[in-house]
Amino acid sequence: MKTTGQVSGIVSNLVVVKADGPVSQNEICHVWLGETQMMAEVIKVIGDDAYVQVFDSTRGLKIGDRVEFQGHMLEATLAPGILSQSYDGLQNDLAKMKGLFIERGSITDPVDYEKKWDFTPLAKPGDKVSAGSWLGEVQEIWVKHKIMVPFVMTDTYVVKSVVPSGSYKVTDTVAVVTDAEGQDHAITMVQKWPVKQAIRAYTEKPRPTKIMETGVRAIDTFNPIADGGTGFIPGPFGAGKTVLQHAISKQADADVIIMVACGERANEVVEIFAEFPKLDDPHTGHKLIERTTIICNTSNMPVAAREASVYTGMTIGEYYRAMGLKVLILADSTSRWAQALREMSNRLEELPGQDAFPMDLSAIISNFYARAGMVVLPNGESGSVTFIGTVSPAGGNLKEPVTESTKKAARCFYALSQGRADSKRYPAIDPLDSYSKYLEYPEIRTYLDDRIEAGWVDKVYEGKTIVQRGKEASEQINILGDDGVPVEYHERFWKGELIDFVILQQDAFDAIDANCPLERQKYMYDLVLDICGRKFNFGGFEETIEFFKGLINLFKQMNYSEWKSEKFEAYEKQIMEMVSNKEIKAN
Amino acid sequence: MATRAFQKIYTKIDNITKATVSLKASGIGNDELATVGGKLAQVVKVNGDNVTLQVFSGTEGIATDSEVIFHGEPPKLNVSDDLAGRFFNAYGEPLEGGEQLEGESREIGGPTVNPFRRIQPSELIATGIAGIDLNNTIVSGQKIPFFADPDQPYNQVMANVALRAKADKIILGGMGMTNDDFLYFKNVFENAGALDRIVSFVNTTENPPVERLLVPDMALTAAEYFAVDKGEKVLVLLTDMTLYADALAIVSNRMDQIPSKDSMPGSLYSDLAKIYEKAVQLPNGGSITIIAVTTLSGGDITHAVPDNTGYITEGQLFLRNDSDTGKVIVDPFRSLSRLKQLVIGKKTREDHPQVMNAAVRLYADAANAKTKLENGFDLSDYDERTLKFAHDYSEKLLAIDVNIDITEMLDTAWALFAKYFTPAETAIKEEMVAKYWPKEA
Repeated sequence: MKTTGQVSGIVSNLVVVKADGPVSQNEICHVWLGETQMMAEVIKVIGDDAYVQVFDSTRGLKIGDRVEFQGHMLEATLAPGILSQSYDGLQNDLAKMKGLFIERGSITDPVDYEKKWDFTPLAKPGDKVSAGSWLGEVQEIWVKHKIMVPFVMTDTYVVKSVVPSGSYKVTDTVAVVTDAEGQDHAITMVQKWPVKQAIRAYTEKPRPTKIMETGVRAIDTFNPIADGGTGFIPGPFGAGKTVLQHAISKQADADVIIMVACGERANEVVEIFAEFPKLDDPHTGHKLIERTTIICNTSNMPVAAREASVYTGMTIGEYYRAMGLKVLILADSTSRWAQALREMSNRLEELPGQDAFPMDLSAIISNFYARAGMVVLPNGESGSVTFIGTVSPAGGNLKEPVTESTKKAARCFYALSQGRADSKRYPAIDPLDSYSKYLEYPEIRTYLDDRIEAGWVDKVYEGKTIVQRGKEASEQINILGDDGVPVEYHERFWKGELIDFVILQQDAFDAIDANCPLERQKYMYDLVLDICGRKFNFGGFEETIEFFKGLINLFKQMNYSEWKSEKFEAYEKQIMEMVSNKEIKAN
Repeated sequence: MATRAFQKIYTKIDNITKATVSLKASGIGNDELATVGGKLAQVVKVNGDNVTLQVFSGTEGIATDSEVIFHGEPPKLNVSDDLAGRFFNAYGEPLEGGEQLEGESREIGGPTVNPFRRIQPSELIATGIAGIDLNNTIVSGQKIPFFADPDQPYNQVMANVALRAKADKIILGGMGMTNDDFLYFKNVFENAGALDRIVSFVNTTENPPVERLLVPDMALTAAEYFAVDKGEKVLVLLTDMTLYADALAIVSNRMDQIPSKDSMPGSLYSDLAKIYEKAVQLPNGGSITIIAVTTLSGGDITHAVPDNTGYITEGQLFLRNDSDTGKVIVDPFRSLSRLKQLVIGKKTREDHPQVMNAAVRLYADAANAKTKLENGFDLSDYDERTLKFAHDYSEKLLAIDVNIDITEMLDTAWALFAKYFTPAETAIKEEMVAKYWPKEA
């Protein structure tokens, strides 16, 4: 029998419920306000008082109102039909909601329970299976969606029967498996999983060995992220976090993209709704929306569901990873999630940590990032979840708790700088503060040796050094004045600028420049490094400035031109002529 | 407020603080309104039969035996076409006497528009001010604040923008507005013959600060009526949101909440987002555009209020005094309109994005040259030219007293480029230069 209870206290969306039976931590309950049913989660229990956070507005709720406990935690529904959907933080399908406004208690099915899918069996009677084993597959848009032994079934089983190829609803039984005690279990195409727990249906989680191409030069060339890696993008408002994340979501070399809009602007999500059905995935040619699932809990939607949204996104990502797919999860912004934790911790009157955030913030963030990674599945295939979160540091100060906690957990750090944004140097990824720990991984070095060219990582460091020296030279020039330093200081400064303007800066709104494939990145980087390696003969600093400005202008035109087109090659020729006119020739 | 037969009445108050009272009562709903000793109050906490109420105008003079009448419903506004041309206080009661408004009674602070039902904003709002139209184009359905120090003429600029914006309705939400400013708005609207398009909800400095908390929700409930029910283009002006946040801080402090940065409540982000996210482009053609004012202290945008605002709004317009020209300009570096990409070069001439970027880049070079000059270094010929360009650019385009259309702004910019620079120095795409670079006379 289900536990029930009555509302005995209300402060904003924190409600105290007097329960008449056992309740468990994080259990879901339904709070009834007249005929409206609102979802809530238990976050603290004292005696028979359950403290629940309601995922809706509690306006009008009264003492004595009825509450029903559900006996399970917050769960995601995992089944074919998730791709290209738009959900709220609790996985309600936004498209299925009626009316212009989201009324309280709007609960809609995450998948279509009536739709029939063409099922093809992959397992046969007698096969030994366990959680996550593939029993069959259905064609979900363009993905071979694997039907698996549910993750909650933790034993090993023997397949008793699998239905023949044919068309079935997600709730139809497609297989029966027998456990060690001889008990039969019917398996359908739909399963549920508590979102706050990691799905562990894999045999091994090795270190990442590949990089994920994003088409963004400042990332791929300078600080690549691994396939199965983690990264985060902190930056003050206006520094271009969202534009960068959208660029990654459009261009990244992933099978499935999950975008979690967590406490951010609704118009940004509308942009995805409007554009993704029209744009093509540069890698497969499918429409972008066909590989994307959107979890959308914008800043004016209930705060408690904001916290849930990142977990819902991660769980769906892990589900597709278990099918052997490359999943990229983008969350914008994880700071809003941390703020949701703070609001609740505050209402619970917990002792606060730094900036009034809960004490365990750091632990919560690192546990979450740890769910990403490449995994080896029971059948030997591999899948990955790559996670990139944005962080919105208060006042742009990177010493605040969310940024610091995330820095401990994520392996790539893409610091967006206000200075770069002010001078419109986009993407505003600071070339010197940012890092990718993956460049130090021997596995990744080897991969890049094969993928791009032997010794590539050394070349990357070479470029970073040029940028670093350029910055030092610029400081000297600022202190001593243009003619107070030798001309070669100017040359050094402008070589750094050349890398900045040609490689690091990229126009996310230009059809050609927005997405730069790895091969083109190598081509341009080689060209620029080659010029940086040459010595020039300049009469004075003004000539130096003029020369490099001209060069940068031509390079920009190159970046705007189709790769290896006539125009592109004409600009390159002009560049090389300019260079050879000014170069000090050996001998 | 008319009393009704089913209202619950109590006459024993247990605790009184500066802003709250608590008493024993039953059957009370969260967020419900009440009248405490004749003053309006709202339920903020219920614990068993213990109810805490926030009294909007402060608890001065409330006695332990004052009458507490529960209304059985949250704050509401009567909406109808008759709202137009009227001035109300924070409770939605007509100022200057006048009839209580007839119409459908709607809860303020209602639910969120389903993001899936929103339409991507795509309609440009022309203001004539180049600092806005050229560099930071505003789009209907956008939410954008002015960040300005208290001494800057933000209310004047906002009134100008409002009148030029061609909105069907303009809704003014005034929070902590001085009476002088209130009368200024009234005069400007009256002189422009626009009074019949204006609805105002005003809390002046003469009114208690906590009352301000109702103003944005009142204004936006009226806005939703015109935009959703009538399909109209509504422009909402909210000034000053910093004073709104101060009222939030007062309440949270009196409720013993742990403050986060700058003594602001931890929920500041959500509180502000709830307001700003009401900006929307609707499928029926109606829209709500929010232009707000956030006053800064000494230009500090790292303070919690501008900082949280910046993360919520779609950009910000930064006003600054330009010492070169002696004019107030829209700062091209710190201002941003996030939605401009949806219209520039699409609804405006194709060269708009390139011209905008080039001008700002050259203006940045001028700023560097200025620093050099201040540090006592010699300027190059290029530096000298950027400085001259910056002066003209500031005077002819950035100044807030400019009023020209966008094509003229673009032509002005090209003329300045040609006057001071070579095409290569502007780094504009060659096709654009070929087409728009002014031909020698």
